[in-house]
Amino acid sequence: MLENVKHVILVLSGKGGVGKSTVSTQLALTLKEKNFKVGLLDIDLCGPSIPYLLQLEDKGVHQSDEGWVPVYTDQEQKLAVMSIGFLLNSRNDAVVWRGPKKTAMVKQFLTDVSWGELDYLLIDTPPGTSDEHISVMESLKGVKCDGAILVTTPQQVSIEDVRKEVTFCKRTKIPILGIVENMSGFVCPSCTECTNIFSKGGGEALANLAEVPFLGVLPIDPRVGALLGKACVKELPESPSAKTFNEIAEKITCT
Amino acid sequence: MASTVENPTNIPEHCPGTDSANAGKASACAGCPNQQICASGPAGPDPGIQLVKERLEQVRNKVLVLSGKGGVGKSTVTAMLSRSLAARDKDSNVAVLDIDICGPSQPRVMGVLNEQVHQSGSGWSPVYVDDNLSVMSIGFLLSSPDDAVIWRGPKKNGMIRQFLSEVDWGNLDYLLMDTPPGTSDEHLSASTYLSQAGLTGAVIVTTPQEVALLDVRKEIDFCKKVKIRVLGVVENMSIFVCPCCKRLSEIFPATTGGAKKMCEELNVPFLGSLPLDPTVARYCDEGKDFISELPNSPVVQALGEIVKKLVMVCESREE
Repeated sequence: MLENVKHVILVLSGKGGVGKSTVSTQLALTLKEKNFKVGLLDIDLCGPSIPYLLQLEDKGVHQSDEGWVPVYTDQEQKLAVMSIGFLLNSRNDAVVWRGPKKTAMVKQFLTDVSWGELDYLLIDTPPGTSDEHISVMESLKGVKCDGAILVTTPQQVSIEDVRKEVTFCKRTKIPILGIVENMSGFVCPSCTECTNIFSKGGGEALANLAEVPFLGVLPIDPRVGALLGKACVKELPESPSAKTFNEIAEKITCT
Repeated sequence: MASTVENPTNIPEHCPGTDSANAGKASACAGCPNQQICASGPAGPDPGIQLVKERLEQVRNKVLVLSGKGGVGKSTVTAMLSRSLAARDKDSNVAVLDIDICGPSQPRVMGVLNEQVHQSGSGWSPVYVDDNLSVMSIGFLLSSPDDAVIWRGPKKNGMIRQFLSEVDWGNLDYLLMDTPPGTSDEHLSASTYLSQAGLTGAVIVTTPQEVALLDVRKEIDFCKKVKIRVLGVVENMSIFVCPCCKRLSEIFPATTGGAKKMCEELNVPFLGSLPLDPTVARYCDEGKDFISELPNSPVVQALGEIVKKLVMVCESREE
């Protein structure tokens, strides 16, 4: 399984709504801009956001002799994507599955998708420490997994959940590549006053507490949310977000 | 156009659920690797359903707070609604049940982080925030903030059953149940165990942007599938007012019309919008009651209107 994938990286949080999918898609696009062959697997079965964020909602998947063919964002096939979102008849349809069925789906996504040769496979996860997370860890035993990037916002209510995700990583022996603090401050477009809407500094404090690298901060920048399928490092190269995505990509590709 | 994909191997399409009376016995179970385990369980309807019904007989209104999307403010809104309901009528009793097993936020948000729960002959005693406001959460059962609850679905379901059937709430006017994001075990179990207890309905929380509405539409679909009445939708973090120049900014732009448009399309009530106030985030972290401390905040004022509508909807159903 995943024999032709050189590096596997999980994007985790513990907390919902911190920007895991946004970070996953932008990181995948950043790596693609740097000419790597990238795969992006969305194992959030209840709330799959990747097809929407990459503007691929009208795409479908089909089967070949080697397995399910992922959706490619580009002609050169530099970014391959798989999500349960591609398998739903309507975007309003809920996937109301209990644990065992979710476990089976996660395993299928890992074993039955014909990813081909990839430099990096990024796996976007739902919040929590439950079936999807346990299953992906079990399935990745025997596969070289570089580790996990943890995403948080600065607030304590987020840090509290991400601490549990750190415990999960330590217990399942997955290396933590680092912590990213998202939604770290909003700069008012009118007066340039920076307001820490979701508090400040929690991500770095957690990285110190957990003794893991701090990968950087991403401010609240509605322009990034509006990118939808376009790389921040290409469209907004001077933005603080682009700087952080470049730094994270640098860190990932150097280890 | 998506082609029809065959069902995942081994797990049946119409799995009745491991807690179901038909677990292991339904025709759909044939061939499932879990069949033997499920079939060796107790026969007949889950006794937990009756236990929950009896335990919650003295609870007038039982409201699930759902989303589908994470991080929209379910826990914050649950806490705000509960404080508001308790404050507006000191003779009414209100409680919050936190069934987010992996990420329990209520102990922090309600300001009772290091409290402990006690068990007696009449069940678990919830933690009291105020004379007429109590809370129960798995957070109270963890000894350290680093403790992770790394459980698969069936074990989480067992915890939810215990929370619904074994907490000694006493007489309650409102029981608000905070849930994790998604449409999975916790949600299915809550709806199953509450099926005979007379669930009033669900309040759905969202933020204005499409990536959130995408998940929230699925949650509304879930409610329709399991026949939970949608009492209404609250749009949180709708607008940000710069504390310096007062300019309004949309942090989470409503590019597809926000919650109001979604409610019109899906024919569910819209309860109101709450603006994005950094003080709210800070008070949540510190567990403070900003309803009493910041009565002039636009959030508190908007919340008042939402609570009025919610009470009306709940009471109209009682008649």
